[in-house]
Amino acid sequence: MLEWLRELGRSGIGFFEKLGRSSLFLLKTLAGLPGVILRPRLLIAQLLSVGVLSMPIIVVSGLFVGMVLALQGYNTLVDFGAEESLGVAVALSMVRELGPVVTGLLFAGRAGSALTAEIGLMKATEQLAGMEMMAVDPMHRVIAPRFLAGFISMPLLALMFSAVGIYGGHFVGVGLLGVDEGAYWAQMQAKVDLHGDVVNGIIKSIAFGWVATWIAVFEGYDTVPTSEGVSRATTRTVVYSAFAILALDFVLTALMFGD
Amino acid sequence: MQDTATSDTAHETLVKIRGLYFARGERVIFDGVDLDIPRGKVTAIMGPSGTGKTTLLRLIGGQLQPDAGSIEVDGEQVPELGRAALYRLRRRMGMLFQSGALLTDLPVFDNVAFPLREHTRLPESMIRDLVLMKLQAVGLRGARDLQPAELSGGMARRVALARAIALDPMMIMYDEPFTGQDPISMAALVQLIRLLNDTLGLTSIIVSHDVQETTAISDYIYVISQGKVVGQGTPEELGKTDSDWVRQFMQGLPDGPVPFHYPAPDYREDLLNA
Ligand SMILES: Nc1ncnc2c1ncn2[C@@H]1O[C@H](COP(=O)(O)OP(=O)(O)OP(=O)(O)O)[C@@H](O)[C@H]1O
Ligand SMILES: [Mg+2]
Repeated sequence: MLEWLRELGRSGIGFFEKLGRSSLFLLKTLAGLPGVILRPRLLIAQLLSVGVLSMPIIVVSGLFVGMVLALQGYNTLVDFGAEESLGVAVALSMVRELGPVVTGLLFAGRAGSALTAEIGLMKATEQLAGMEMMAVDPMHRVIAPRFLAGFISMPLLALMFSAVGIYGGHFVGVGLLGVDEGAYWAQMQAKVDLHGDVVNGIIKSIAFGWVATWIAVFEGYDTVPTSEGVSRATTRTVVYSAFAILALDFVLTALMFGD
Repeated sequence: MQDTATSDTAHETLVKIRGLYFARGERVIFDGVDLDIPRGKVTAIMGPSGTGKTTLLRLIGGQLQPDAGSIEVDGEQVPELGRAALYRLRRRMGMLFQSGALLTDLPVFDNVAFPLREHTRLPESMIRDLVLMKLQAVGLRGARDLQPAELSGGMARRVALARAIALDPMMIMYDEPFTGQDPISMAALVQLIRLLNDTLGLTSIIVSHDVQETTAISDYIYVISQGKVVGQGTPEELGKTDSDWVRQFMQGLPDGPVPFHYPAPDYREDLLNA
């Protein structure tokens, strides 16, 4: 029992110690952002590898999620003769919830793990130390552009995911199941609120992008510089990001939609 | 106390280390080390594997903080420098890492151009000329378009050398420059280090355990072991040393005062206590 308590205390301290270190790390990263804005080429390269290369998986997943939503929603709605509302059902689920959350999870798996592995390998092969000795601060040159790229990409990817999903729902609902095309769009326009739904969804995706990218770059920078350390850090990025996104989603949803 | 006159005679030592103490956890790496690196000379620091040669270079470069003692580079106390001052000092130091530490996402050319692009606003045509000159010096001008993954270990080290001299530093630190070089490139590298030192007026610090090559080009040698300087002098002086320790190391004898084994409990007992 005592042993167990001690173990609990130790991991508690470990957790807060890591939280402190990663917060300091975040502050240093933010201090590097002005420099990134002055050198847009660094940012563009990262937007390409973090954002653009994540697009295929986001588009394909969004399409399927939208199609499944339409299929499921139709079966429920048709019992109440409310299949005209299919557009609203799909759009609200997408914009409020699935867009930000699923995109966040996919983003952590695709872009976050790649960021951690890349930064971790740079550390393990002394590239970061080498930069420091060339009087180039890796926080500015390596970390800050990657962080900013993730922060910018994530909301855009989430919007793309939702948009594609709505078209996927349209394809199944209108194209295959025969829901009225006009009703699909008109009800959606009438019931989806720009501020209450779309903007809140975007706020969520910004928060998830922030957290997932922060975790990814920190875990990379904090890697134990061996090949085993890099693989562990990569796993941690995916696990911690998923956990953080889902927990944060609950908090944000409670704040935004529960009154 | 510090004489700030800029004449060379007033500052004959570029790096001055006094009473250096550094420990990693329980393990003491340096226990009272005094070193002087004279300006314009090639100074070697030798010692068996694991004595802390790489650690010493990192201390001089300000990447590690000593637990006690002073490290002075060109009149500045490295451990006390703020970030900006430290970075300013590092621009004048080149360091060749044991692994090369090339940026893996950039081809050879861009690796050598990296410090120039980061620290100068030279036009691209001039950067090109400078990079080609540095690559020519290490014999790899033809390899400019290769990716670091396509280089052998020895080639990577030479590219890293070209990069380290890109900004024309006042001093350059070589961490094991000779490992992984074939006899031809080894000879070329030995000549090159000497040539760079003399023509560019550099100060060179070579960390190595290759006795032959190192004695061939050094003006002065420090031998460190178990946290202390155990011998020092010009190559000739060290050749005639009466310290058993230094003789064993310089001549590469397996038996002598230097243990080949990492500290361990008694072998027999260890085996019997299965
Ligand atoms: N990051 C670290 N954490 C803990 N101990 C370390 C670390 N890096 C090095 N050491 C220890 O410090 C000692 C000195 O290491 P260092 O790399 O400076 O040796 P070296 O003289 O350069 O050896 P080699 O000739 O093999 O390169 C070693 O015993 C090593 O175990
Ligand atoms: Mg070493």
